[in-house]
Amino acid sequence: MGESLHAVTTLPTARRPGCPFDPPAELLDARRHGPVSRFTHPGGKPGWLITGYDLVRSVLADPRFSSRKELLNVVDHELPPAPPGEFLLMDEPQHGRYRKPLAGRFTVRRMRLLTERVEQVTADCLDAMEEAGPPTDLVTAFARPVPAIVICELLGVPYGDRGSFQEQIETFLGGETGEEELIAAYTATQEYLADLVAAKRANPTDDVLSDLTHSDLTDEELKGISLILLAAGFDTTANMLALGTFALLQNPGQLAALRADPALVDGAVEELLRYLSVAKTFMRTALVDVELDGRTIEAGTTVVLSYNTANRDPERFADPHVLDLRRRQGGHLAFGHGIHQCLGQQLARVEMRVAFRALIDRFPTLRLAVPAEEVGLRPETADIYGVKSLPVAWGEEDA
Amino acid sequence: MRPTRLRVDRERCIGAGMCALTAPEVFDQDPDDGRVLLLRTEPSTARRAAARTAAGLCPSGAITLHEPESGGS
Repeated sequence: MGESLHAVTTLPTARRPGCPFDPPAELLDARRHGPVSRFTHPGGKPGWLITGYDLVRSVLADPRFSSRKELLNVVDHELPPAPPGEFLLMDEPQHGRYRKPLAGRFTVRRMRLLTERVEQVTADCLDAMEEAGPPTDLVTAFARPVPAIVICELLGVPYGDRGSFQEQIETFLGGETGEEELIAAYTATQEYLADLVAAKRANPTDDVLSDLTHSDLTDEELKGISLILLAAGFDTTANMLALGTFALLQNPGQLAALRADPALVDGAVEELLRYLSVAKTFMRTALVDVELDGRTIEAGTTVVLSYNTANRDPERFADPHVLDLRRRQGGHLAFGHGIHQCLGQQLARVEMRVAFRALIDRFPTLRLAVPAEEVGLRPETADIYGVKSLPVAWGEEDA
Repeated sequence: MRPTRLRVDRERCIGAGMCALTAPEVFDQDPDDGRVLLLRTEPSTARRAAARTAAGLCPSGAITLHEPESGGS
């Protein structure tokens, strides 16, 4: 379309000061130039950056684009295929072999049945916060434990064991770790999961992982599946809860509307998902030459799909940079689209609906305990965006 | 005039649940495999908008809507 091809050399490493919820300015700028930009992967390989809503969505649904890890054309050396069970980085039919036996465990209906249990877990965390008194870090007291307890119970992981892997998983996803540390964290988690799978085979209990031991999946595959489900279950919702609370506190009018109208919570969760898009980018590799917006994406080239920019596309969402809990346009891409769309999205919705409401009901005077600009943010290198900690207070202001 | 007809392709379905979330009176999920169950092939006018939204949101393109010829008799 445009004669001059906008080029972005690498993904930006920081957001603009004072705009912790907005995608980096370079990405919004790229979108203004058009939905597709030339891009250089951090490893030096040429690629494309897609920032427009319609194109991100269509690539996600297009079987001419592959998710396979070994096809990623981003660094000099070849990448190994995804380990067994890690189906995020696979295409059909391998992807379906893993996803199919799980889909029935994460249905809308089944996740709604967990509501009462999520309410209980949430109330327990809020009780502990209240007892300890303000100020507290909302990440460690609330945002992390609520989804962690729920996914552990669902999978059948003893919550007491979480120390063996929760920190390691945060190491994978926090974006601030060197290669060696990453490998150590991955190995430690693998060892824990191998023991867990063996324990479930020996003594099956009433949970997802035990159920899967009755299928034809191997121990290696079960380990990979468990890793994906735990990582996805821990880190994504935890970051949505903490960053979402930060966003609500910075938008007091919206927070007041949500307090006043409990029925607004379903829409509020969808809007926070769109507005924050904590899973920021995914990659796909073209299997054949594909035309996108008048450009040819050559076979073997890897494209970066910017979910957070797509979810702020003014051609799709009116006033995209405004958090509007009453917004009616649906179809955000926070959970992705296509065959890889988030398996646990209905669980995430239940967790967020319950947790946001319970938190604001419990603490009508909830506020930041530090100036907003002092809230520590994850770097853009993190797979999942969020706050590192969120100091909050409630009750009477200090004298 | 023929009514709006829905079709679902259970082979394409990945069990994401967007349809059951968006139009629960028209779609459900199989409790065993999570895949789409069509509760109403010809949704009433009141349910048609939600069914259309659900078809548009389906991540795997498993729902198709066959609208009658407009203006025909």
